[in-house]
Amino acid sequence: MSGLVIGFDLLLVAGLAWLAWQALFDRHRFSAVVHFMAFGLVMALVWVRLDALDIALAEAAIGAGVTGALLLAALGRLPATGGHSPAWRAAQRPLVLLALSTALLATLALAWVAWQLPRPGLAVPIAEALPESGVTHAVTAILLNLRAWDTLLEIAVMLTGVFLVWSLGAALVPYAPATALPGLPALTRLLHPLFLLVPAYLLWRGSHAPGGAFPAGAVLGAGGVLLVLAGALPWMHEPRRQPLLRLLLAAGLLLFLAVALGGLLLTGTFLAIPASMAGNVILAVETAAALSIALMLMAFYLYGEPGR
Amino acid sequence: MFHAAIAALLLLNAGVALWRLHRGPTSADRMLAAELISVSAIAVLLLLGIGLAQPALVDVALIFALLAAVATANFVTRTWTLLHEESGNREEAGRD
Amino acid sequence: MTEWLSLLGYVLITAGAIFFITGSLGLIRFPDLYARLHALTKADNLGLGLICLGLACQAPDLAAALKILLVWGLILIATSIGATLIASTALACGLRPRLGRPSPPAVTRDDTRRP
Repeated sequence: MSGLVIGFDLLLVAGLAWLAWQALFDRHRFSAVVHFMAFGLVMALVWVRLDALDIALAEAAIGAGVTGALLLAALGRLPATGGHSPAWRAAQRPLVLLALSTALLATLALAWVAWQLPRPGLAVPIAEALPESGVTHAVTAILLNLRAWDTLLEIAVMLTGVFLVWSLGAALVPYAPATALPGLPALTRLLHPLFLLVPAYLLWRGSHAPGGAFPAGAVLGAGGVLLVLAGALPWMHEPRRQPLLRLLLAAGLLLFLAVALGGLLLTGTFLAIPASMAGNVILAVETAAALSIALMLMAFYLYGEPGR
Repeated sequence: MFHAAIAALLLLNAGVALWRLHRGPTSADRMLAAELISVSAIAVLLLLGIGLAQPALVDVALIFALLAAVATANFVTRTWTLLHEESGNREEAGRD
Repeated sequence: MTEWLSLLGYVLITAGAIFFITGSLGLIRFPDLYARLHALTKADNLGLGLICLGLACQAPDLAAALKILLVWGLILIATSIGATLIASTALACGLRPRLGRPSPPAVTRDDTRRP
């Protein structure tokens, strides 16, 4: 049994290393992007083997779904071949070697630091604080209560990303497909009920098992990308709907900030949630955050400001 | 034991698709190879979920299955221009 | 009853794995994009379907079994519609399918490729 499992893990690691190498150094751009998408799939399997199911869910939704969609859409605007000349590549070689050796040194340093960490880690204090947090799943408790500050900043970083993408110019008008594709609206119609149901399930599950706002938002966002592709969301481009769109984009961050300030008023500490209402507050924040994350991913996908 | 053996076999089988992913020749072939890897990953997750009695793995497989269509839909609507350029090179398009 | 179901599950999973192997064999050996598409979508859906059926037979309860079958249903929708999308796009972009009878490749290879 154990030999079989070790063989399985070695296969995973070998595949992961090959995919990473190809994604970085393949000359053909499309090939590199598809290798990167496959890397996301295998990475999710690796997280499963490391017993990090929350990260596996997020990697499956973000790495395999949304990032691949973003890269493919960007690639459609670039020429298939071309790229850099052999002379340029040869000139880059010392830089590549420097980057690789720096990465190796950083990995060794990180491994040494990880080795030096205190052994039981923070699992015991977190388990002690869990009854106060309002949820029974440790990862959700950390993300939305014990270390909510990090999550708040992550959502702010995503919103800043949307600002940056939109400040580049007006939204890209996509080329029409090569031929009529009647399958595409059928695909969105068939899958859409599940694109609403699965995020709701993940949100609900997040309070007691792996799940939560980030995978839910990413799955919802991927469903939204499918709707954008099928041309089913013209309202995002209408000028009079822009205030509503911006409000929805900021809703997760605004609710999170309101909760943080409410904690300051009620308990005197920024972001402290009273234990009696923590469960409901966390669910509300997670719902708003998931909706905003989904809309932000769709906003990235427009590659520019809509309605301009 | 049985489930882990089949999962390892499917992983090895998906490794074969890496050759097609590397070789091409057209970008649609590469999408097919990625699809085989994705379906193999789903099968591996389901097998491990039952074999190791971890029901949460089925949720990861469910997300994979739901998102399998997104990459293909993107390819045919946004990235097909590559296919157009490749088909001009007929020599490459018809071979293995 | 449960032992029989579990045994049936093992048989179905093995059959599914065989379909996976034939699918990737087709992906490697078939001559053009359309044939490879055929090999992949048929064999993979059937392979995953048999594995899902086998695992559903061994699932601890009915809800888990239905969830496993839902995964199969989603993949059926995604890959079958995806196959038509890829095939019609490739055809519209000028990738011609390889026509002609299956014959010794060395003799008729060049004229079948450019009809």
